Parts: sequence; C-alpha cells; structure tokens
Amino acid sequence: MSLRTGFPEQPARVYFFGTCLIDLLYPEAGLAGIQLIRREGVEVIFPQNQTCCGQPAWNSGYRDEARAVASAQMACFPRDYPIVVPSGSCAGMLRHHYPELFQGTPQHKASLAFSDRIFELTEFLVQVLKISLSDVGKPVKVALHVSCSARREMGVAGDHQALLRQLKNVELVEPRRREECCGFGGTFAVKHPEISAAMVEEKATELVATGADTLVSGDCGCLMNITGHLGYRKETLQGSHIASFLWERTNAAES
Amino acid sequence: MQQRVEFHARADRALHNPQIRSNFRYAMDGLIDKRKRSFPDLDELNRLRLRCAEIRVNALSKLPELLEQLEACCTKNGIQVHWAETVGEANRIVLDIMNRHNAKLLIKGKSMVSEEMELNHYLEQQGIECLESDLGEYILQLAGEPPSHIVAPAIHKSRQQVAQLFKEKFPDIPYSDDVDRLTRNARHILRRKFYEAPVGLSGVNFAVAETGTICLVENEGNGRMCTTIPPVHIAVTGIEKVVEKLSDIPPLLSILPRSATGQHITTYFNMITSPRKPGEKDGPDEVHLVLLDNGRSRIYEDQELIATLRCIRCGACMNHCPVYTRIGGHAYGTTIPGPIGSILEPQKAGLDRYGDLPTASTLCGACGEVCPVRIPIPALLNRLRFERVRQDHTGVTRGQGSQRDPWEARIWKGWSWMHANPAIYRLGIGLAAGLRWMLPKRLGAWTRVRSAPRLAAKSLHKLAREKGLDHE
Ligand code: SF4
Repeated sequence: MSLRTGFPEQPARVYFFGTCLIDLLYPEAGLAGIQLIRREGVEVIFPQNQTCCGQPAWNSGYRDEARAVASAQMACFPRDYPIVVPSGSCAGMLRHHYPELFQGTPQHKASLAFSDRIFELTEFLVQVLKISLSDVGKPVKVALHVSCSARREMGVAGDHQALLRQLKNVELVEPRRREECCGFGGTFAVKHPEISAAMVEEKATELVATGADTLVSGDCGCLMNITGHLGYRKETLQGSHIASFLWERTNAAES
Repeated sequence: MQQRVEFHARADRALHNPQIRSNFRYAMDGLIDKRKRSFPDLDELNRLRLRCAEIRVNALSKLPELLEQLEACCTKNGIQVHWAETVGEANRIVLDIMNRHNAKLLIKGKSMVSEEMELNHYLEQQGIECLESDLGEYILQLAGEPPSHIVAPAIHKSRQQVAQLFKEKFPDIPYSDDVDRLTRNARHILRRKFYEAPVGLSGVNFAVAETGTICLVENEGNGRMCTTIPPVHIAVTGIEKVVEKLSDIPPLLSILPRSATGQHITTYFNMITSPRKPGEKDGPDEVHLVLLDNGRSRIYEDQELIATLRCIRCGACMNHCPVYTRIGGHAYGTTIPGPIGSILEPQKAGLDRYGDLPTASTLCGACGEVCPVRIPIPALLNRLRFERVRQDHTGVTRGQGSQRDPWEARIWKGWSWMHANPAIYRLGIGLAAGLRWMLPKRLGAWTRVRSAPRLAAKSLHKLAREKGLDHE
C-alpha cells in the first residue's frame, strides 16, 4: 500500500463515486462535492449503477460477497476518467483493497488499473485541480476530524487542512488526540457497541472542548457516529461534511 | 460462542471500571508521547522500519536453516539446546533441568514465553517455587494476576494500588507510595533470593544464528542477575526470535526500545554466547536454550500470515490502540493482548477459541503505522476475519470457519445481492427514503449513546438524475 507520488493534469471529465452512506444520509455532501469540481470547469458524471464499494462485507470477512459488489462497481466506470470519492474510507477500499480482493482472479489486472484512477475528494481538489477558494462566510471556529482511512490509508489529512486554511474567516482547530479513531469502524460499532461507545464519548468530549462551532470531517461514517453522539448529549456542536462546508462557504450565488 | 461471551463480559467490566480506564489512558498517553519524542526525524524512522522489517523478513524466509545454524553454534559454544513443540514439552524440559540440579527455587527475569507456558503454575504444582524478579512481574505475582501489557506488565495498576498491595503483603515495611521507595523495598526483598536460587530463567529478545548469541534487553538489571548469578541459566524463546547475523542486531536494538518506551537504549543489554569459561569471574556453569514452537510453524506456512512472526514484542501497537487503551490487557484473555495479540493468539490457539479477537478493532491502522517491523496488522486482522467465517476448509489457520453464523452469512448474501444489482438497490433506497418517517428512532445498541441517523428525502442518485449528471 503506497501513497501516490505524482498527480495527473486537470482532466476534462471525472466520474463521481458517491458512496452508500452519502447516498442515504448525506446526499447534499455528495452534490456539494460534485459542484466544487464542476465549478473548476471539470465535467462530472455520476453513473446511476453505482451502489457501495463493498467495504462492509470485506471488513467482515465475507470476501465472495464483497467481490460480487466490487465487480459491479468496476463495471460502472468503463472509461479511463479519474474517479473521485468523497470519503477516505471508501476511497481506501477502492484504491488499496480492490487489488487485494481480486488477487488471484481474472479481474486482478483490471482492479489494479481501476484502483489507480481513485482519488479522495480533498486530494483531488488540492493536488489535481489546485483549487483556490474564497470564503464568503461569517467568522467561524471549525474543528477538523480526519478519519483514520483519510489520514493513514489515503494520506490526505494535509489536503483536508489545506482546504480549510484557504478560508480566511475560518479558524481551524484540531482536538487533543486528533489522531485517535472515533470508534465507528463500520460493523465494529455493531459487534462491539460498548467499546465503540467509550471511544465516541471521549472523541466527542475532546471535540467539544475545542470550543468550535462546527465539526468538519471528510467521512460520513465518522460524522454519523460523532454527531449522533453529540445529538444524544444535546451538544450545540454541529457536524458537516467537508464538501458541504466548503461549498457553503465559497458559494455566494446558489446554496 | 463461549469465548464471545467472555470477551464481551471482560471488556464491559473494564469499560465500567474508572480506575482501569484512567490507568491505561494515562499510561498510554505517556508512552505514545515518549515514543514520538524519541523519533524526531520521521525519515530516519521510516528508513529504520524498512531495514528492521527486512531483517525480520529475511530471518523468517530461512527460518528452518537459521534454527539449525543457531543450534549448531550454541552447541559448539557449550549452550544446550532443547526443542519443544508444545508448552507441555517446554515445561517438562524446564522441570527436568530443575530436577537434575535438585533445585527448589527458580528466579525469573521477564519472559512472555514463560507466561505462554504458564510455567510458574506448572512448577509450583511440582513443589518448585518461582520468583519473578522484574518489578512489574513481581507486583503481579504478589497480586496473583497475569500481565496486562507485554513490556509494562503491571501498567493497569496505579502507584497507589501498588503501595496498597505492598502494605498488605509486607505489613512490617512502612507504607509509601513513592516509586523509588517501593522499588527499593522490592529490590531489598529480591536481592537475597538471587544468591539462593540455583537456577535463573530469562526470555530472549533476539537469538543470533551465525554466532549462537542470546540477546536480552532490560532496564532493571534483574535480567543480568538471573543470567549470571545462579549456576544454571535457562533461556526460553519462541522459534521466531532468530535473526541471521550479528550485524542485524544494531538496527533492531536501535528501534526496539524507542518504539517500546521512548528510550534510546535500555539500561542493560545482555549478549550471552556461552556458559562461564575457565578463568572467567562470573556467569553460570550451564546455559540452556529452550526453543518453543507452540503453533508458530503453522503460522509460518502461510505466506501472508507469516508476517505475524516478525514481531519483536515492543508493545507499540497496544500503546497506540484505541481499543486496548479502553479495555486494557486482561480483557483479551490471552497471554499477549492488543493488536498483535489479536492476530497472534487466535492463530496459535485456534479461531474457535479466540475467534472474537480479530473483530475487536476498528481497523484504524494506528498499530500498523507504528509497528517497527511493519507488520500489516490491519490487513492480517482482516484476513483472520475472513478465516473465521470461510467455508472452503483450505488454508492452515486452526479453527477456520468456526465463527460462521448462518444468520449473519445470510444477511451478507442478501446485502451482496442487493448491492450487486443496481436496479434492486435503487428500488431499495427509493423505498427507504419514501418510508423514512416509519423508520424506528431506536436502532439497537447504536442509539444507546447516539441519536438515530436520519435518512435523506432524496438520495444522491436521485439528485444526480435530476441534475442530469448521469450520462457519459
Ligand atoms: S506487532 Fe509490531 S508494534 Fe506490536 S509488539 Fe510486535 S513489533 Fe511491536
């Protein structure tokens, strides 16, 4: 598993892989991601046949089941365009685990070529589009939570920060023990709910302690987990996907 | 399913014990910080990790040959080598040596392999007293508890708890919770025993094949005492601890203590190559090396899982593990806890026994990121999750398929079918969005500490369709 060393020129067209969590719970984040890319003059295609990257089954040990879903995804993106994913976790699956999943199958070579086209959204905005943002929002204090996959698998924590730092009215803070997992872990939260609860409690406490108004993350799994707990505690800290946040802060006309 | 109940019960107990929670949190924060400060240059760290991984991969790639070479060199140097396939055999080997010397007291340095063997328990049943001389292990022996961490075995105890324990066990010694005083007291009690014990036992950090050298890393000097003062020294080790060359040692020695405790070098580093030679002032008359397999050669058979055996037991993966930090070492119920324990122990004892452990991780990757020999722990956890439910009965892992729950398997089959058929999927999410007002406010354990997630009125699929983003 290696991080990218070089990046392509700005393409004319990209595919967007929306992820199932965004599809169901945070569609506006997906749309915001698409709009951020389109504003830079890149055409975005959202293939209707996409569903889920297959990670839940892969991480639960159900490899045949994951492979069936993964095959269906690879079939959705036939052309050679980059595929942009608004989630470090799903991008990590598509980029690093597809080749493992297809190891020893006739699709292995195709999975390598496919995984090479995967970009996490913030990585794509910063490294490929070299986006420059101008903030039209009111002053706000933002706490960033970078998901473990965005940080470790995709290596895009710096891209998250770089984007938020471009916003002049945003004060960016990060919580104590920022590198620690929020306790979501997909099916982990279901299999080990008590441990997961202990983790999200502490994560939420550290985030609240930053005094931020908004929690921003690039992954909906973490957001669902942390904001779910903040809601349960009736904290005022609100969560936002980084794509929604960036779009809202930089889009004066529409919203 | 017995194990599942036990793991969950132990984890829950730890989670609800504020003392355990704060002891671990405090200790792990400290260890993380110390490690970080001992590696100021990340490029150097990464180069060193690559080098050390290479050393361990190389050694494992020729493990059988290196073990033979190790045996030959040790024998030539006068170290007696014993092979044990099981812990039972290893225990008997130690017992035989004790009996040959009519020894009734064994003084021990820190050794996780002796924990794996449950050696103390075994020897005590044979009327032999075992005395732990590592301070942490000594505390645990007094308390009658197993280690909760591989480097700092008594880390689950606070200073005050240790002081209380000493007060109970040694009412004559005035109470103190000062660390130096506690250490002094323990040292005073132990010192005499070093001179009385006819046999000393130690673990092994590395065994060098080309020279037949046993390397031992430690901080308290008790390791050196155990291996030099008693007339007989027994070293016990797993077969995976061998390295090829003496020149492999400096890089490993440079990364191990920093990864473990943030120290650049430990207070003591012992290299033992033979018993006392004529004219030498100290050292034992006899040195024995016990090489234990106990399931390791099965792990060796698998090209991917063999990486488990690279481990140099630094403990960094547990120090950085958010799950271990919450539940502590005892909850795992194994000799070795934490991320490395969760991959190693189920392979040794079987997934039927420890099948839950590979699931006790969020796969956050913190362990793999810090591992000095670059064991891809998250990938191996994932692999064992596969092994625990796979059905085809190929492969070498013991207990594979034992955790397959027919209901769960059916759910994944259904899930897979739905997500591999886009029309069904779209129908499904369309229905869910339409009926979202009907969705329950409570979702099992999830909503015990969280509000329920709210389904969006329109899926991204629908929004994209409306915006015409779906054509090529
Ligand atoms: S697995 Fe790696 S980090 Fe964990 S104890 Fe072994 S060497 Fe250290």
